[in-house]
Amino acid sequence: MYDYTIIGAGINGCFLAHELSKYDLDVLVLEKGPDVASGATMANSAIVHAGHDPKPGTLKAKLNVRGNELYPSICKEMDAAFKLTSAFVVATNEAELSVIHDLHRQSQTRNIPSEVLNRSQAMQLEPNLSDSIIAALDLPSTGIITPWEVAFNLMEEAILNDVKLNLNTKVLSVMARPRTCYIDAKCSDSKYAYEIITNKGNFIGSNVINAAGVYADEIYSMLNPSDKFTITGRKGEYFILDKLSEPIVNRVIYPIPSEKGKGVLVVPTIHGNTLLGPSSEFIDNKNGDFTDTETLEYVRSQVKKTVKNIPFNKVIKTFAGLRPTGPTGDFIIGESIDYPGFVNIAAIESPGLASAPATCEYVMDTIIEKQVILKKKKTYIKRAHLPILYKMADSEKQKLWKDNPSYGKIVCRCEHISEGEIIDSIRRPLGATTLDGVKKRVRPSMGRCQGSFCQPAIIEILAKELNLSVEEVKLYNEGSNVVIKGEFN
Amino acid sequence: MREHELIVIGGGSAGLAAAIGAYENGLKDILIIEREGELGGILLQCIHNGFGLHAFGEELAGPTYAERWIYKLVGTSIQVKLDTSVISITKDHTVSYSNKEEGYVKAKGKAIVLAMGCRERPRGAIAIPGYRPAGVLTAGTAQEYVNIKGYNIGKKVFILGSGDIGLIMARRLTLEGAKVVGVAEIMPYSNGLPRNVKQCLDDYDIPLYLSHTITFIDGHDRISSVTISKVDENLKLIPNTEKTFEVDTLLLSVGLIPENDLSEIAGIELSSATKGAIVSNELETSVPGIFSCGNVLHVHDLVDYVSKEGENAGKSAADFVLGRTNSETELIDVTCSNDFGYILPSKIKLSGDSPVEFMYRIKKPMRDVTIGIYSGDTLIRKITKKTLIPSIMEKVSIQKSKLGSNDIIIKLIKEEII
Repeated sequence: MYDYTIIGAGINGCFLAHELSKYDLDVLVLEKGPDVASGATMANSAIVHAGHDPKPGTLKAKLNVRGNELYPSICKEMDAAFKLTSAFVVATNEAELSVIHDLHRQSQTRNIPSEVLNRSQAMQLEPNLSDSIIAALDLPSTGIITPWEVAFNLMEEAILNDVKLNLNTKVLSVMARPRTCYIDAKCSDSKYAYEIITNKGNFIGSNVINAAGVYADEIYSMLNPSDKFTITGRKGEYFILDKLSEPIVNRVIYPIPSEKGKGVLVVPTIHGNTLLGPSSEFIDNKNGDFTDTETLEYVRSQVKKTVKNIPFNKVIKTFAGLRPTGPTGDFIIGESIDYPGFVNIAAIESPGLASAPATCEYVMDTIIEKQVILKKKKTYIKRAHLPILYKMADSEKQKLWKDNPSYGKIVCRCEHISEGEIIDSIRRPLGATTLDGVKKRVRPSMGRCQGSFCQPAIIEILAKELNLSVEEVKLYNEGSNVVIKGEFN
Repeated sequence: MREHELIVIGGGSAGLAAAIGAYENGLKDILIIEREGELGGILLQCIHNGFGLHAFGEELAGPTYAERWIYKLVGTSIQVKLDTSVISITKDHTVSYSNKEEGYVKAKGKAIVLAMGCRERPRGAIAIPGYRPAGVLTAGTAQEYVNIKGYNIGKKVFILGSGDIGLIMARRLTLEGAKVVGVAEIMPYSNGLPRNVKQCLDDYDIPLYLSHTITFIDGHDRISSVTISKVDENLKLIPNTEKTFEVDTLLLSVGLIPENDLSEIAGIELSSATKGAIVSNELETSVPGIFSCGNVLHVHDLVDYVSKEGENAGKSAADFVLGRTNSETELIDVTCSNDFGYILPSKIKLSGDSPVEFMYRIKKPMRDVTIGIYSGDTLIRKITKKTLIPSIMEKVSIQKSKLGSNDIIIKLIKEEII
């Protein structure tokens, strides 16, 4: 019997698990994927937006502004990268200029720092703005993060504090049971407890948090078909550029927002790459994270409108992600009326990442505090810092190497990742079990060769560390084995 | 900080030859830094034959060819560090490297030879649409899995791109019992050597789809199929020409790129045509005392030429260290008309009397071609060729006395496009 069962280990599931781990509660996290952060948290623009554009009165506006305030300190506390980059919303004509002024006024009412710059002021800061740009709204509180790093570190610390994480566990059904069956349930008001049936057994929770991303509608309708909402996947396709000797942009460049969202952006990343995208197309298939020729061409044509001199010959990767878009245009966050104890955190499309710490705070303050008595744990374990060698001075690296020579052996030549760091990524409490898991944690294969050189070495390290045969090592999902079993033919 | 007369970055075919070349021209304190556990570079996984006709007058397999060069080190004072990665090089020749034995350390070379080779263009670089499943890998990675590690990578294979490694792997996987269902090439001609098309595809009845490219990769976990489409002369997709092949593996052989990360860190000027360093006829880069050779300079078709270039770079490095070069001399520029992919060297020192060997590649296949090499407006060499194709690098040697003091340009005089 768990006090809280969280369905989905994306950014919101991770924030909640981490927060709940501070209290005297039994918490279980069920994740269908092979790793934390395997849905929208993996494939998005990685921006902590200032909060300038959500419509007034929405949860999106409120939580984005608060999330932007919370991120710098949370990233520091969680040993995750945060970089304050600022952002420009750029205008190419008088109509767009008036939108910029509207956004400026809106920002001012939300106490978001902002300033309207003319072309020459904007060009001084961003010399590659396209020739048609006439003005820019500067939003200096905009930042960038590596979303999955935040998620990993939160979940890892949650695990250290006795949260149970079950990966590869798909929820098949959720059923409300009379609470009287379960005498040790801590929730006092609800008449229900919830039985969650999965491919890996059944679990009972007093309270459930549904943070299942694009699948949140399906999860809720398993419990309550009469009060269902619909989540539609809205696909975004992206390009990633290699590290450049001179960055193409120093800050996030937004076009004027439209009903489709913030538009196609040019975004610097934490590790010195550049992200171009996303597109915005509704899609029926919730597994449909594929790219297509027309959409990639669209992204290419759109980014040229805001930024010039983009070196498309430096593209190293394309990818697609699905935004969980709901029916109302706003996030759906709240406790079910029919089923007290069951909480939905749904329709978390942009600015969902930027809002995530505030979403957690909001759920704790308005829902969870009323459901259970929160008593802090007597002892709380902080996760250990893991060394990231490419950021270190030679003398610091040398110290690490003295204790462990495998920090001296470079496996990923593009990103300069050592064997020691790869082994750390597998042995850490929330350790990698797949090639992509290693890549997301410590970055080998993220560079310009995309793993052509280092994948054969990493597959052998994974096999050795996990005591598997190389044929059993997966790229990511079940069935994604790289080396196949048996003789040819 | 330890100081050497010469540090060679990379112990593959170019680096080995450079070290030997420098040794034979008078240097004694030479260090080769190699990131893998063995010398030989990419030759070690090239277990097919066809290497060494020019260098040794016989056809050898890749590892045997490498071994011949490695044996030349025996009895010399050339030192080797294996399993050692270079992290940076500075303009003043400080090389930072790391390995398990020493950790993170620095060394200095009076001269440096860059011989890091090239890498394959990955899927992302050409933005192939579709899912991102397992079973999509570059031909060279597949070659390492199969030839070095002895793993099976797939049973039903499609290959995109007709580069030489892709062609070689088509034959290799067929011999291992896999079914190679086809090779697609976006250009109307193969990018591999004609002999490889014949010996690796034609001999095994593997279809080559010219003017075709992949428009979709299907399969959420492991690749399940690829769809190809025909392209027109502007490389635009032609609608309703799709063909789908059910496969469990896709190999990519879509181009090689000189691996100049370290050159960029050292502030060396690179050429947008070759993606390698801009070098003089002595293979010296824009940073004095740093030389470049082999596939890190430009992608070669034959390893024999890589070795020759390596030896030349080693000799030039020795001349530099022993003060046998005149750094004051004026350089003339070498350029090519738009019909050519590139010409090397980019610059020529007029001092000295050794002939200059020019290397060039045409952009499109042509027949009955007449090429002119001009000094300013004066034609100094006329070359006629029955055929010219992009996959074959051409060479021509010209005495310095014939070059004059004007900039050199190579142009077409007459051609017929195939």
